Amino acid sequence: MSDLKITNLKKSFDDVDIIKGIDLEINDHEFVVFVGPSGCGKSTLLRLIAGLEEVSSGTIALDGVDITDTAPAKRDLAMVFQTYALYPHMTVRKNMSFALDLAGIDKAEVEAKVSDAAKILELDHLLERKPKALSGGQRQRVAIGRAIVRHPKIFLFDEPLSNLDAALRVQMRLELARLHQDLNATMIYVTHDQVEAMTLADKVVVLNGGHIEQVGSPLELYHHPINKFVAGFIGTPKMGFLDGVVVSTTEAGVKIKISNGAHFIVPIDGRSLQEGDAVTLGVRPEHITVTEPENSAFQGRLTVSEHLGADTFCYVETDNGEPITVRAPGDFQGRYGKTVGLTFALQHSHLFDAQGKALPRLELA
Amino acid sequence: MLTLKQTRQLRTVLLGTLGWLVALVVFFPIFWMILTSFKTEIEAFSSPPQLFFTPTLDNYIEINGRSSYLTYAWNSVVVSFGSTFIGMLLAVPAAYSMAFFETKRTKSTLLWMLSTKMLPPVGVLVPIYLLFKDFGLLDTRTGLVIIYTLINLPIMVWMIYTYFKEIPKDILEAARLDGATPMQEIVRVLLPISKGGLASTVLLALILSWNEAFWSLNLTASSAAPLTALVASYSSPEGLFWAKLSAVSTLACAPILIFGWLSQKQLVRGLSFGAVK
Repeated sequence: MSDLKITNLKKSFDDVDIIKGIDLEINDHEFVVFVGPSGCGKSTLLRLIAGLEEVSSGTIALDGVDITDTAPAKRDLAMVFQTYALYPHMTVRKNMSFALDLAGIDKAEVEAKVSDAAKILELDHLLERKPKALSGGQRQRVAIGRAIVRHPKIFLFDEPLSNLDAALRVQMRLELARLHQDLNATMIYVTHDQVEAMTLADKVVVLNGGHIEQVGSPLELYHHPINKFVAGFIGTPKMGFLDGVVVSTTEAGVKIKISNGAHFIVPIDGRSLQEGDAVTLGVRPEHITVTEPENSAFQGRLTVSEHLGADTFCYVETDNGEPITVRAPGDFQGRYGKTVGLTFALQHSHLFDAQGKALPRLELA
Repeated sequence: MLTLKQTRQLRTVLLGTLGWLVALVVFFPIFWMILTSFKTEIEAFSSPPQLFFTPTLDNYIEINGRSSYLTYAWNSVVVSFGSTFIGMLLAVPAAYSMAFFETKRTKSTLLWMLSTKMLPPVGVLVPIYLLFKDFGLLDTRTGLVIIYTLINLPIMVWMIYTYFKEIPKDILEAARLDGATPMQEIVRVLLPISKGGLASTVLLALILSWNEAFWSLNLTASSAAPLTALVASYSSPEGLFWAKLSAVSTLACAPILIFGWLSQKQLVRGLSFGAVK
């Protein structure tokens, strides 16, 4: 069992509030990812859980036991650092057995646990090396191995892949996913990379400015973001946003007028809206298609096309200067500066009110 | 015109020559001291100075006859090793807390500590002397250990702090999460990682205490007097004792010189910092 319960957690450094009241529950065996832009407090939150920072107020409980003021050594958590933080004077074997040696565990048992972990991580042949004789990926593996041997209640990862090159990052990401399944352990993972969050997490916690924006499964966040921030943060390329005003609300949805004068009826429950309210329409790149300008009520100027093979990402600028990204087929050909028409699959679009809050979608029969 | 390769070679030769010249200038007084110690008093004082002469051990024999070199040497050893040891015991935890648990006042504390070194020692001679007298520390090795520890502590803390600053905090945090107590964290992780820096701090503290003369001359008389006091006793305003003074100086310098020579690699590496990575 390893359930973590965080209640009204706050942390300030001097006069700066970093964590502004967080409530969160993490269940046994869950892979939870904290994601958010830099400075959102995600690493601080992890360090508070680890006990490396002192809590300003609020509580952290592990399996029902309050550990808010427990020393990190006594929390039975293991952490993998962004910088690996290996002990440079110890061999890989010593690095991995350090925690067990400190705990006074029997030598034969330590030996067995280290070689098990080494086997899982394919480090067997490197056990007698010192960290400086290892590559970045190998160091990262040792750091993970150091955590595995302990069988901690919770694994904490602080941006573990950000120092690796792109190819290795993808590989390690897969390995971490596999590791989570094999170990069936509770893991908390901090990253600013929303692709890592989407691919690894059972539960994503989107943080911004020291508070939680939304908690949910990756697809929940992707399809049902509760506000404009989450909508814009989750998904690559980003969701496109168009400012508009409410013209009328009907049974079939909300009729809005966007900046270039075009009218759209969005299938959204608009009961909370008034005529003339400012709203933002959000559409994901895959829900937009590029057409000839005369076939569409909405035009834009093509700035850049990125050809990825299977897809082409077209970056279009509206007359109002709003950037819209379109996911077009791989064989799409477009010239820089060309005016294109855009059509939106409005049944998949999102509407946000003036406060950025998402409005519920109408479930049309 | 010189080719690029020739320019480079020329530069190597010029820099090498310059290096040797500087080294010779620095070494010459020591060389002359050793040379003089094997001359008679007359030869030592002769003008122009004699480079060739019949060496004699008379000076050394006479010094040993007049005073017990070993007693002074032992005092030097006890006092410098004792003060360095106690200094390290105090400086390591101090530097640890300053480097890894920095507060708003850490920087000013460090500066303040170093500023105590700017005070001319003679300015506090009288109060220190009176304190030593009241506590019965005059002419004791304990007294010298205390004063040497205190005068070297700011430098030791500062040096160790600088070395510790280079160690990524993450490594210590990893140890903390691995279940290490603060003591285990220092002894099993921090100290082994920074052993190069610690070794050069120890060496510097040893050399500074070994060579210290102001306090040892003023606070000791005979029983606790280290080698520096022995040397000073030969520098008399009357009479010609150049040769004997040189001999006794050679004896005083020899141990620390040999010690420094043996550990010069460590010392150079440590003093040039960056020994961790």
